[in-house]
Amino acid sequence: MDVLQLFVSGLANGCVYGLIALGFVLIYKATEAVNFAQGDFMMLGAFITLGLTNDQFWGLPFWISVPIAIVAMGMFGYLIEVIVLRRMFGQSQVSIVILTIAMGFVLRFAAGAIWGHEPIALESPIAGRDVRFGGLVLGLDEIVVIVVTILATLVLYFFFNVTKLGVAMQAASQNQLAAYYMGIPVKRVHSLIWALAGMVAAVAGILFASKGSIDPSIGLLGIKAFAAAVIGGFGSLPGALLGGIVVGLIEPFASYYIAAGYSQVMPYLLLFLILVFRPHGILAQIHRKKV
Amino acid sequence: MRTVFKTTYDADINLFRHGQQAFCYLSLLALAIVLPFTMSDFAIGELTNVLIWAIAGMGLMLLVGQTGQASLGHAAFLAVGCYANVLLQEKLGLPFILSFPLAGLIAGLAGVAVAIPTSKLHGIYLAIATLAISILVDDLIVIAEPLTGGISGLFAPTIEIFGIPFDRYGTPVRFYGLVLFVTVVVVLAYRNVQRTPLGRSFAAVRDSEISAQAMGINVARTKYLAFGLSTAITGLAGALMGHFAGIFNNETFTIIISIQMLLMIVIGGLGSIHGAFFGAIVIALLPQAIAWLRDGIGSVTGTAITIPGLEAAVFGAILILFILFEPMGIYGRWLKIRTYFELFPFYRRDMFRRQRSYLKTERMR
Repeated sequence: MDVLQLFVSGLANGCVYGLIALGFVLIYKATEAVNFAQGDFMMLGAFITLGLTNDQFWGLPFWISVPIAIVAMGMFGYLIEVIVLRRMFGQSQVSIVILTIAMGFVLRFAAGAIWGHEPIALESPIAGRDVRFGGLVLGLDEIVVIVVTILATLVLYFFFNVTKLGVAMQAASQNQLAAYYMGIPVKRVHSLIWALAGMVAAVAGILFASKGSIDPSIGLLGIKAFAAAVIGGFGSLPGALLGGIVVGLIEPFASYYIAAGYSQVMPYLLLFLILVFRPHGILAQIHRKKV
Repeated sequence: MRTVFKTTYDADINLFRHGQQAFCYLSLLALAIVLPFTMSDFAIGELTNVLIWAIAGMGLMLLVGQTGQASLGHAAFLAVGCYANVLLQEKLGLPFILSFPLAGLIAGLAGVAVAIPTSKLHGIYLAIATLAISILVDDLIVIAEPLTGGISGLFAPTIEIFGIPFDRYGTPVRFYGLVLFVTVVVVLAYRNVQRTPLGRSFAAVRDSEISAQAMGINVARTKYLAFGLSTAITGLAGALMGHFAGIFNNETFTIIISIQMLLMIVIGGLGSIHGAFFGAIVIALLPQAIAWLRDGIGSVTGTAITIPGLEAAVFGAILILFILFEPMGIYGRWLKIRTYFELFPFYRRDMFRRQRSYLKTERMR
């Protein structure tokens, strides 16, 4: 029973990592850039919801503030792309990484200045309730997290593979210039993908905040989610989820079976091993051109 | 702009391009030697801090700026150098004059050990792998508590060289002198590496791995050497940092420091020694500048303002502005200003224009 509960809570954690990782992969898949501020986007989404919902701030009903927060984060992502990232068009990947890291610093500061650095809990209706299956006690929050994550991944997967816009996004990533010649508005596609990543980050943030209290430094969770994205295979949406779940599961089991200190180490050890032996992740996206 | 009329092959590999340049740098060195005798102990401490960061920056610059391998994990090698130096002194009783170069050597070997499995990774993937290394070392320090002291950390002893004590608080001028000496040695080593076949192959690997290979350069070996040299220098900086801080633990070398180091050399200007120094000045003096500004505003308005995390935010904002408007960093801006005056009135805006490249995916090759 212990192991099963460990499994479910690990799965729920993993799903949050997976959702943040989805944000990374979305942007990478469509613009070939890596947004290191994705974790901070998640933090911002969580705090916007919290600021709208909690009684000490605006006190709106939870189900009204959730869509507002998601839309707000979508607009935020769109604006970030239009104002900042568009100027980086055609520059190296590493400079975009550095830019987004710096952006993360600023966002963390802004959130700290507005909502304070103390941990606050989101007044969410799904927090702190239990569901019983026979002898198994599961948190409602954990089940909601898992279900929402799977739904989000499915929706995004179909979006990329079926809809016109999704295919255009993939094309824009594979060859910017060729996509532009084919009549794809590459710049607008980039803005839209950042908006989408912002919305996914908001969902991840709301789910994370439902599981416990948040403070501005939770944005650093993005690093772990990033490891998850790479383990799963950067550029693959199911891979991001899979990587997230692997990281989420490996943490509690490492501290359960080895020692408490090792739960921090294991995800990164796994990341390093994956990078050395299978650099493009479990679900690799590499297609080698035959000459 | 001064055109040097080269009459020998040596003119291409001289340390200084012409006499005026030699005069500038030597007078800068003279200034650096004289300066501490005119300053307060606090200012000397700050200056020492700048120099230590500059050494660390040069270490990273050799890898990122010269060889084009982005590393987000150099705090790990700062830690290796720092712990190796202190442990060799404490546990084995070696004198500083032996433990210090050995610390650099150990950090260099650790760098090669990291480079061997990761040499196939490019760009962003390498950055991720080194990021993982940085986090792993942070946690390993906690796990290896009997050796490293874990969270409670270690004390760095006072440096003694032939019976003369060098202490950050007791004899700040002497400690500054020691750091300055190491800085000058590292700068000379860096300059010399740049002008050797090895340094040229670093630049070739940075500009294009495929063409470097076509020119007969062993790319993997070049990367190992770049990593080894870079981490050795970083290790030396780490050792000095340990003595400067006095007490250190795993928190002294977190992933944030790794990121900060990379951001530092980007602000300074990638690919130049100057960049490492400019970046170090920004990163070491920014907290002081903000504190002064805060006190200034506080004394005018009569209220004490304390905003936690302001330094990181200001640093981030400066960096965003630099990447957007001056990707070549402070050194790039300085070059433009200098060229403007040297060529007056013939300077044109497009002289430093960079070619843009449209991105193709790395997933289809």
